Amino acid sequence: MATPVKVHGPPMSTAVSRVLACLLEKNVDFQLISVNMAKGEHKKPEFLKIQPFGQVPAFEDGGVSLFESRAICRYICEKYADKGNKGLYGTNPLAKASIEQWLEAEGQSFSPPSSVLVFQLAFAPRMKIKQDQVVIKQNEEKLSRVLDIYDKRLGETRFLAGDEFTLADLSHLPNTQYLVGVSGRGELFTSRKNVGRWWNEISSRDSWKKVVDMQKKSA
Amino acid sequence: MAAIRLHGTPYSTAVARVLTTLYEKELEFEFVEIDMKAGEHKKESFLSINPFGQIPGFEDGDLKLFESRAITKYIAQEYADKGTQFKCGDSKTAAIIGVWMEVEAHQFDPVASKLTWELALKPRYGLATDTAIVEENEAKLAKVLDVYESRLAQSKYLGCGCFTLADLHHLPCIHYLLGTQAKKLFDSRPHVSAWVDAITARPAWSKVLALQKQQG
Repeated sequence: MATPVKVHGPPMSTAVSRVLACLLEKNVDFQLISVNMAKGEHKKPEFLKIQPFGQVPAFEDGGVSLFESRAICRYICEKYADKGNKGLYGTNPLAKASIEQWLEAEGQSFSPPSSVLVFQLAFAPRMKIKQDQVVIKQNEEKLSRVLDIYDKRLGETRFLAGDEFTLADLSHLPNTQYLVGVSGRGELFTSRKNVGRWWNEISSRDSWKKVVDMQKKSA
Repeated sequence: MAAIRLHGTPYSTAVARVLTTLYEKELEFEFVEIDMKAGEHKKESFLSINPFGQIPGFEDGDLKLFESRAITKYIAQEYADKGTQFKCGDSKTAAIIGVWMEVEAHQFDPVASKLTWELALKPRYGLATDTAIVEENEAKLAKVLDVYESRLAQSKYLGCGCFTLADLHHLPCIHYLLGTQAKKLFDSRPHVSAWVDAITARPAWSKVLALQKQQG
């Protein structure tokens, strides 16, 4: 029987891998459907029907069609609340409020500079695009300031939203994996004691190891 | 003393997002003005509410929160039975509302904020507008609004048939942009234009504008 949950996009996409990590944490079966981005499949009318901005991932679960990785993750956590990691999106309103706060911090403060760095350091070379050193330096400075705040926070709590691993931490995995693993800018994270400890913990989770494996296999 | 305290300045787009939600929900709250010029948002007492040193900071009793979109969600959830309901339909609709909230945060706001800064705010501070940035971001905003135009041809509001946080979150930047040359991008798209008219006509939004005039 075909599973109703479908994720459209390549595992090496940071946004796609965010959704994959969430599905694996929640033990939800899914089908990964490839999108040939090199051939511009994501800009074609067929794909634009399920993602009007022409980006990956697109997501389907039976009759529900969604996009935007963080919205997809929230949906997965709500719909499959009783499966897998039950505390991923909080089990009470106060826990949820804290998770939402740090999920927004990821989206608004961490993601902008780290996404630029991931593109410049990990993807541009592969795509034979020239790196912009000024842009790299500016965004390293921005990210450093954000990570200073994270280091203080992670000295007070084990994970960002509290003492349990949540969606807020998970959301950071994709970009950080590239920066620590591939780009040689790992010391931004590892030189900060609490951030380094946090990164080791969250990246060692089975669900994330599976995602990294999927990325390697599809490369 | 009200249990709810909102720290910031009313003309900040992020603060205005929370103010609108509080008015929509008809909640009592205390507005604590932060003196940005004096760097009050970087001082320890404020950093204990928002470690990023940005406004707004929010308190409800002992709960402290930051990030305007997390705060509005909390208010909508905690005070679900008060004021505007912000929903219509079931959990499937709720998921789609969630999608368009992310669209505002990641497709609309990055571009609209840059234009707001260049066209609406820099002139107020006597700073020169960067026309290259304006041109680049007007082109980006046009593409985003093309998607909105298609969406709003099928749905009265972005998330569903009624006004939700997905629409509300746009108000502060849209208001600024309507006072600039970027207004044409909204006016030239009939469904977007009708949607803008509807959301900016809401009484709660007028209350925010009144507060901005008072303290401006």
